[in-house]
Amino acid sequence: MSLERLGESLDAALARARAEIPEAPDLDAINALERALMGKRSPSATAKESIKDLEPGDRPEAGRLLGAYSKAVAALLAGRRAELAAAESLGGPLLDLTLGGHGRRRGHLHLVTQVRRELEDIFVGLGYQVAEGPEVEDDWHNFEALNIPPAHPARSMQDTLYVRLGHEEQVMLRTHTSPVQIRTLEGQEPPIYVVAPGRTYRNETLDARHSPVFHQMEGFAVDRGLTMADLFGTIEAFAQRLFDDDSVRTRFRSDFFPYTEPSAELAVSCVFCHGDGCRVCSHTGWIELGGCGMVDPNVFQAVGVDPEEWQGFAFGFGLERIAMIRHGIDEIRTFFDNDVRFLGQF
Amino acid sequence: MRVPLSWIRDFTPADAPIDALVAALNQLGLEVEGVEDPGREVLGVRVARILEVLPHPDADRLRLADVEFGDGTTRVVCGAPNIEAGQLVPLAPSGATLPGGFVLERRTIRGQVSDGMLCSAKELGLGDDHGGILVLDPGAAPGDDVREVLGLDDVVFDLSITPNRPDAMCVMGVARELAAHLGQPLEIPIPEVPTTDHVVADATVVVEAPDRCPRYLARVARVTMGPSPVWMQQRLIKAGMRPISNVVDVTNYVLLERNQPLHAFDLGRLAGRGIVVRTAEVGERLRTLDDVERTLEPDDLLICDAERAPQAIAGIMGGATSEVGADTTEILLESAYFERMGIARSSKRLKLRSEASARFERGLDPEGVAVHADRALELLVEVAAAEVADGVVDVYDRPAERPTITVRTSKVNAVLGTALDDTRVAEALSPLGIDVSGSGDALQAVPPSFRPDLEREIDLVEEVARRVGFDAIGRTVPKPEHQVGALTTRQRARRTVADALVGAGASEAMTLPLVAPAVLARYGSGDAIELANPLRAEESVLRTALLPGLVAAAGFNTARGQGAVSLFEQGVVFRQPGDAASSDDAPLPDEREHLALVLTGTVDRRPVEDDRSVDGFDAVDLLSTVTVALGLGAVGAGTVALDAGTGSDRPGWHPRRAASVVLVVDGTTSVIGAVGELAPDLVGAAGLSGTVAACELELGAILAIAEARRDSGDDYVAPSPFPPSAIDLAFVLADEVPAGVVVTTIRDAAGSWTESVRAFDEFRSDDLGAGRRSLAFTLRLRAPDRTLTDAEVADVRGRVIAEVERVHDARLRG
Repeated sequence: MSLERLGESLDAALARARAEIPEAPDLDAINALERALMGKRSPSATAKESIKDLEPGDRPEAGRLLGAYSKAVAALLAGRRAELAAAESLGGPLLDLTLGGHGRRRGHLHLVTQVRRELEDIFVGLGYQVAEGPEVEDDWHNFEALNIPPAHPARSMQDTLYVRLGHEEQVMLRTHTSPVQIRTLEGQEPPIYVVAPGRTYRNETLDARHSPVFHQMEGFAVDRGLTMADLFGTIEAFAQRLFDDDSVRTRFRSDFFPYTEPSAELAVSCVFCHGDGCRVCSHTGWIELGGCGMVDPNVFQAVGVDPEEWQGFAFGFGLERIAMIRHGIDEIRTFFDNDVRFLGQF
Repeated sequence: MRVPLSWIRDFTPADAPIDALVAALNQLGLEVEGVEDPGREVLGVRVARILEVLPHPDADRLRLADVEFGDGTTRVVCGAPNIEAGQLVPLAPSGATLPGGFVLERRTIRGQVSDGMLCSAKELGLGDDHGGILVLDPGAAPGDDVREVLGLDDVVFDLSITPNRPDAMCVMGVARELAAHLGQPLEIPIPEVPTTDHVVADATVVVEAPDRCPRYLARVARVTMGPSPVWMQQRLIKAGMRPISNVVDVTNYVLLERNQPLHAFDLGRLAGRGIVVRTAEVGERLRTLDDVERTLEPDDLLICDAERAPQAIAGIMGGATSEVGADTTEILLESAYFERMGIARSSKRLKLRSEASARFERGLDPEGVAVHADRALELLVEVAAAEVADGVVDVYDRPAERPTITVRTSKVNAVLGTALDDTRVAEALSPLGIDVSGSGDALQAVPPSFRPDLEREIDLVEEVARRVGFDAIGRTVPKPEHQVGALTTRQRARRTVADALVGAGASEAMTLPLVAPAVLARYGSGDAIELANPLRAEESVLRTALLPGLVAAAGFNTARGQGAVSLFEQGVVFRQPGDAASSDDAPLPDEREHLALVLTGTVDRRPVEDDRSVDGFDAVDLLSTVTVALGLGAVGAGTVALDAGTGSDRPGWHPRRAASVVLVVDGTTSVIGAVGELAPDLVGAAGLSGTVAACELELGAILAIAEARRDSGDDYVAPSPFPPSAIDLAFVLADEVPAGVVVTTIRDAAGSWTESVRAFDEFRSDDLGAGRRSLAFTLRLRAPDRTLTDAEVADVRGRVIAEVERVHDARLRG
């Protein structure tokens, strides 16, 4: 066989491959074509056999022709095989996605946790750190160091749950997060800027309006030259971020807390009605959010901080209250029922 | 505290719209909780004179009253027994409106036409006296609007007074604040008491406990008992008090007006016509006016008669013996100043609070004792025909001193962030009764004796703030310069834990940390800290574990028809205190941070896969999401592992379907909790059924490890680019050998090329024999620097087989 014949033979076989492989109906047909075009008695096998009979000068060219043929046919075969495989996988049973899936669900953070994180993040943004303290406190931290001496009338403002530790009425479930102020001041030199979220307790039975357990967040700053204007400005900045509305305004009214003086009740302008009057603000245009004030010098003296050098402010919010305002929840009990239909809404 | 505006106006014009008065009171810190307009619903009710009372022809209990109401007469049917001709009474003619929106119509009652009705006090919304028709003072004229006659055209402020302001717990105090705020005059008339010398002031007073009773003043008067006049009754009712008798009403009236609790003793019933003020003997008893027998202690202060028999608990409540009554002719009027803390202690211990004790314990005005008594006597002359003895017994050995307080304007401005000058500060304080003198940055302020709360400079700074108003204070935001706002690693890790669980389908619960001891006991969590004053037995101890509350929450959901519940809780539990650092410190509980998980019901995977019940593996998987999120690998991968141990170590858990959770650190193992399935009796007790998978552990211990690992600096493993080699092995083992322990053996034996070890099949058969099972494991090896050779893989395989067979008495299945 001459080089010329060899070339013609491969050309003819390649032409057949180009014609028939793309039309092969299934894998069996492809396999048959592969045997016919690349197998033992195929034109390529015959050509390969005949190379040794060629002029030595023609052999490299014959090898190149054979290689090109094999590559082209293999590509055609692979291409058609892929087409057939794809066609097959596109068949099969219909998957109706509207049936629903494997039931992999996401849970929900408790609403109080969500509010707590939000408040923490706002104050972290204002440069605060998050402080913690025990839920069971001693008289010193919960009352006495906070300028609430024994038999002080302010003690009767808070129905305290005492525990059987120490002597009578020495150890209690903290009635507010304010003892964290004392613990922070005992452990750290000013300046201090902290918030202290946490669980607090009162001697009340759980019902629609009362709960023996609720959550507060205390804020507390001690620095040189802090003023009541700093307190009010901080509260206003916080309220604007909480409601994501720079038009929110704050209102302060004289109030009494033993550990701050002057003390104020704080309210924010109603973000729901903007003063037009609605159910949330009881048609007053203002929503009461908590209490605040300038740290009483007696508190500083209790922990050995010089009230002439340092001034501070403190504020507190109820976390359930913020959640109730925001979502129109009317019973505090629902926070502790842990009904998944409650948890799942937030 | 309820304060009628008309009463305030006895002392100051309070000339401003109601809204403005409310705003002023609120700004002053006298929070307005409500504004009542008692006559708002009383429309068209007029004063009528009863001309004649006739029997009803067809009803024994009804009578007919012919009345004249200024510009006409009419007839009404009336069932009240107290009407008489000549009386002035309220007439609600047809068309009039009474409280509740009740509009009168002309009606026929038992055949007689009634053109409206005569009204009782209750029907006019004035207290609860429904005993008869309200008989009006003779001064009224028929036809007058009853609202004016009864002072119903009034406004009552319901104020919440903070405990630091005893001076504001009375009408005069509120008037003083309003006068200062509005810049209007305040006029407190000086009482005028005509005295007589034919009543002998022979009463004696001995104060044996002057520390507890710094001042005791007694006056003597003859009185004629009877009801107090309508105007006084109406003021008391509007202020929320019930009229009793003229003498008692006067003491209450002065209490409300001037904040001075007074007590009128029936002098005829005071043995020895005198008073001894002394502390109680142990176990001494006294029946108080509320008809309760009180047992006293030496810390209680008593007002006794001259023969030392107790007549009253000082400053708290009088006794029944010497109470004034209808037959009283002579009274001893007590006006005293008691030490506040003593009153507070007794009141609290006796659980007895009164209008008097609430005021005394906040601190009253020692200097007001005499003048307030005079006011009462002035009124007694008016309403009880009192003849007042001109003698006064006033035991007041050490008059109170008024402190002088230095007020620096610079400090005022430093605290408030204001720029007030000295004059403005002085102007703010003076109208409150504070004497201000001096100048410059050292004003000298002497607070009035009725302001015991003003002791320090900061107290006066607050007064300035109240007077200038918080609206005058600006808004600035301080920026901490010494620190960056951030959560700690621990705080972020806690969020990571919750987020991981939420991502894995669990919802966060918050259960009450107050639980029932019986419930804790079921979980073997004894020795809980008890509450000293629990309201309910169900909430009488502090939780030592989260699971009891969390399982109850799951039960609550099941009871409400929620099939599958997946809950977790992060929170503290309370153990008994460890060894106290020193006996001086209060023993505080050992608070531990825990995590608990509960899974109930079916894993709902329709329609693609079959539903199945939750089981212990689900709890382990959920726990793994936590440990993986914290960078500690899955449970069993090293740091956090399971130890089957013995079931009896875990009360509350299923004896054969739970395991202890252990922390493995530097080869040391410590148990930190348990995971698996709960014991069936607990499941039933919580109203649940089927399998309840759960976990509870000391999260704090895991967080501490995660925190320590976080910055170790060398825990990164570069991913190898070389292919892995897998070895599958099946062993026949005794049932008691936990798969997790075998995994550890395999991992250790395989050495540093180990990428993962996983159990993938469990198999039992008769051939294997009872108590034995086949466990299959896949071991993946990978070297960081090359492809492992067949020989190397075979070598590892041989080592692993030998070690498992040796350690666990196992046999390789062929």
